[in-house]
Amino acid sequence: MTTITADHHGDHAHDHHDADHKPAFFQRWFMSTNHKDIGTLYLIFAIFAGVVGGAISGLMRVELAQPGIQYLQGWANIQHSLLGAEPASLDQAYHLWNALITAHGLIMVFFMVMPAIIGGFGNWFVPIMIGAPDMAFPRMNNISFWLLIPAFALLLGSAFVPGGTGYGAGTGWTVYAPLSTSGSAGPAVDMAILSLHIAGAGSILGAVNFITTILNMRAPGMTLHKMPLFVWSVLVTAFLLLLALPVLAAAITMLLTDRNFGTTFYDAAGGGDPELYQHLFWFFGHPEVYIMILPGFGIVSQIISTFSKKPVFGYLGMAYAMVAIGVVGFVVWAHHMFTTGMSVNVKMYFTAATMVIAVPTGIKIFSWIATIWGGSISYKTPMVWALGFIFLFTVGGVTGVVLANGGVDDVLHDTYYVVAHFHYVLSLGAVFSLFAGFYYWFPKMSGRMYNEFLGQLHFWVFFVGVNLLFFPMHFLGLSGMPRRYPDYPAAFEKWNQVATHGYEIMAVGMLIFFINVFWSLAAGKKAAGNPWGEGATTLEWTLSSPPPFHQFETLPVIDDAAHH
Amino acid sequence: MNKVKSLVLAGLLAFAPSIAMNGQALAQDNVAAAAPAADNAAAPADSAANAAAPAAEAAPVAKVAAPPRMKPTEGIGMPKPGEVTLQEQFTSTGHTARWLHDKMLLPLIFAISILVLALMLYAMWRFRASANPIPSKTSHNTFIEVVWTVLPVLILLVVAVPSIGLLADQYKPAPKDALTVKVTGYQWYWGYEYPDAGIPEFVSNMLTEEQAKASGEPHQLAADNRLILPAGRPIKLIITAADVIHSFAVPSLWVKMDAVPGRLNEKSFTIEKPGVYYGQCSELCGARHGFMPIAIEALPPAQFDQWVLSQGGKPAGAAPAVAAAAAAPAADAKL
Repeated sequence: MTTITADHHGDHAHDHHDADHKPAFFQRWFMSTNHKDIGTLYLIFAIFAGVVGGAISGLMRVELAQPGIQYLQGWANIQHSLLGAEPASLDQAYHLWNALITAHGLIMVFFMVMPAIIGGFGNWFVPIMIGAPDMAFPRMNNISFWLLIPAFALLLGSAFVPGGTGYGAGTGWTVYAPLSTSGSAGPAVDMAILSLHIAGAGSILGAVNFITTILNMRAPGMTLHKMPLFVWSVLVTAFLLLLALPVLAAAITMLLTDRNFGTTFYDAAGGGDPELYQHLFWFFGHPEVYIMILPGFGIVSQIISTFSKKPVFGYLGMAYAMVAIGVVGFVVWAHHMFTTGMSVNVKMYFTAATMVIAVPTGIKIFSWIATIWGGSISYKTPMVWALGFIFLFTVGGVTGVVLANGGVDDVLHDTYYVVAHFHYVLSLGAVFSLFAGFYYWFPKMSGRMYNEFLGQLHFWVFFVGVNLLFFPMHFLGLSGMPRRYPDYPAAFEKWNQVATHGYEIMAVGMLIFFINVFWSLAAGKKAAGNPWGEGATTLEWTLSSPPPFHQFETLPVIDDAAHH
Repeated sequence: MNKVKSLVLAGLLAFAPSIAMNGQALAQDNVAAAAPAADNAAAPADSAANAAAPAAEAAPVAKVAAPPRMKPTEGIGMPKPGEVTLQEQFTSTGHTARWLHDKMLLPLIFAISILVLALMLYAMWRFRASANPIPSKTSHNTFIEVVWTVLPVLILLVVAVPSIGLLADQYKPAPKDALTVKVTGYQWYWGYEYPDAGIPEFVSNMLTEEQAKASGEPHQLAADNRLILPAGRPIKLIITAADVIHSFAVPSLWVKMDAVPGRLNEKSFTIEKPGVYYGQCSELCGARHGFMPIAIEALPPAQFDQWVLSQGGKPAGAAPAVAAAAAAPAADAKL
């Protein structure tokens, strides 16, 4: 398969001063220009943010376990006493609920999935997979990461300043006007908006970096059509980021000026339009969901191929299906707005366009199955997660086809059916691909093997937990339970209770994950350069585990006869 | 008194400008004159509007008594405990949409999910390393790739026909004689106004748990002043909001329409059977977003006209409607 003429197996221990000379601690981690170190920083950050966002969802599930308000008032009182304010009123407790859902959404999207999947795995493996020594702009890479820190601090800090009825930004992650303008006095929403600006700026820089790296720094012979699918997925994702994020920046800048400087972009009384914000937000927001899932597609393709010991079936179809998803993803945004009162023709167009996305997605699902078909499959932990991804993403995808129908969406919009749908494609889609990638590359990144038993156990406990957690939400949504409610009629109690138990099981799964990570880092078996055998054909497996501080100082040459 | 009256009027007008344009000044004067809010001229506009509704019932011109408050039927117009599917529907678009969901989309998505699962499980078992140590190197098959591209396209085309048809149905304009009701979302309650019948806006707040229990209604769904509508007659809702975006949603009528400040959204439907139909605000609108339910009471047409009279309003087609109201019990039985 791929032949590397100049390879770097092992012998970097002597004389390769430049290859494996690591700077001192502070320089290495705080002034880093090394793509692998920055990737590691991104992963650590994402895991930390994921714990915060996951803990918030735990608070929400505990409150929702039964009808009535059980804990929210107490939590609001704690929040108020921390700030030296009077005990919270009931309305302020309800406002805390809105602040929780907002924080959960923003943290999971901007500070967990995106940093992990693009910043973490993208940084670590895109340069290696194309045979490049590093990213095109190493210093900019560092800025991209460090912008996340003030962004996250601003978002967390917003929970402790006034945001209207109570403390914190209670607008939902979508920050719809006029709730986010005239409806939320106080600095909390301004802080959340600034947080998005900074995180978004970091992502745009990262996108520029990835595009430049992939287009200009491929090793000799690594043509676009020989790039691993993970690199393709990051390339498409980077273009989506580059085109979508500036629109978000514009939209939220206008929110800021509406809030603080008397403009009326989103205020009908001044000739503006609240719906304008929604159009701009979702013009960003829909590509954003593909930004979160496309790299996951790439990761799953690599893993499925590795553990089936077979090249990916229909490589070109797979690559261009992602391009098609990216392109069509830009012209379907208003399916998030089916109930805003748009005209029938617009609704028909967005219904039809949205359903079109099912076609390239179907190509991907069937090609993955065709990849394992005829393979020689070994069920190592990463493979189990990747197979779980395929099925659960399918389940999340088909409910998307239901929601795409504008007429049907009239009853499902803003209900738990939508919550179920996007958690199936994100919590059971993107997150499964993240765990798959984590276990797949853990030996490469750390130089140690994870514990196989704990990895498998983590999968099964997590699989049962998240399905119990999110599947009943379809039922809640169909029977009419709206999203973003801290309390509900007694009829919804049963499935809410089941969902909360699902959360508890999932939390046990996460505990197993952390035990595995810490145990493996401390005492895991040393990993070989290629622990996965003949199926692992991409360039990272030609290096040692962990790779030298600088790899490919002599560029590898990719053989013309190479398959994918 | 005149000054007080004009203050209250101004309060009403601030929230319901359409009244002024409908030449319903007479009915309004009565309401305003009888409103206890007149004692409290400094009251904010919304509480004046608030007070107008109960006042209308007591207004001297309204000699007709309002029909008794309807009891909801368990499981109708509300979610059932542990329910796994859509609520029973009471409008024609509701039936069409539910058919599309239950008979077309649900079987389709089940079939696709099962197909994917079956193919995966078979391949996972058949091609496990121990059973198939030598992997094949097949990586292309143009025929099958064309099949799994074209087949989904055809399936989607089949789905698109009823789907687009449903949209066309939902956007059919209301007939000329449809009853127009203006629905306004506020933080955090709903306001209902009947410009055709000359009934000024009254507001609808959630009942507390005790009140709901006393009235035999589900808590979180029950509201004090329901939106009273006629069953069997076309209805046109004009939906807007006064502060932030809300969403007027009633699952059993297949209605969900955002209430957007500065916009008038229209939704028309005909409720097939008298009954109580509940819904909840469906767009995040601030602290008490979860606590501004919608309760619709659909009355038989004659009883509806009686209710309109009891509010000091003018039923559709004035004179005959009064006669119809007198014959209410008979009409009731027919429906």
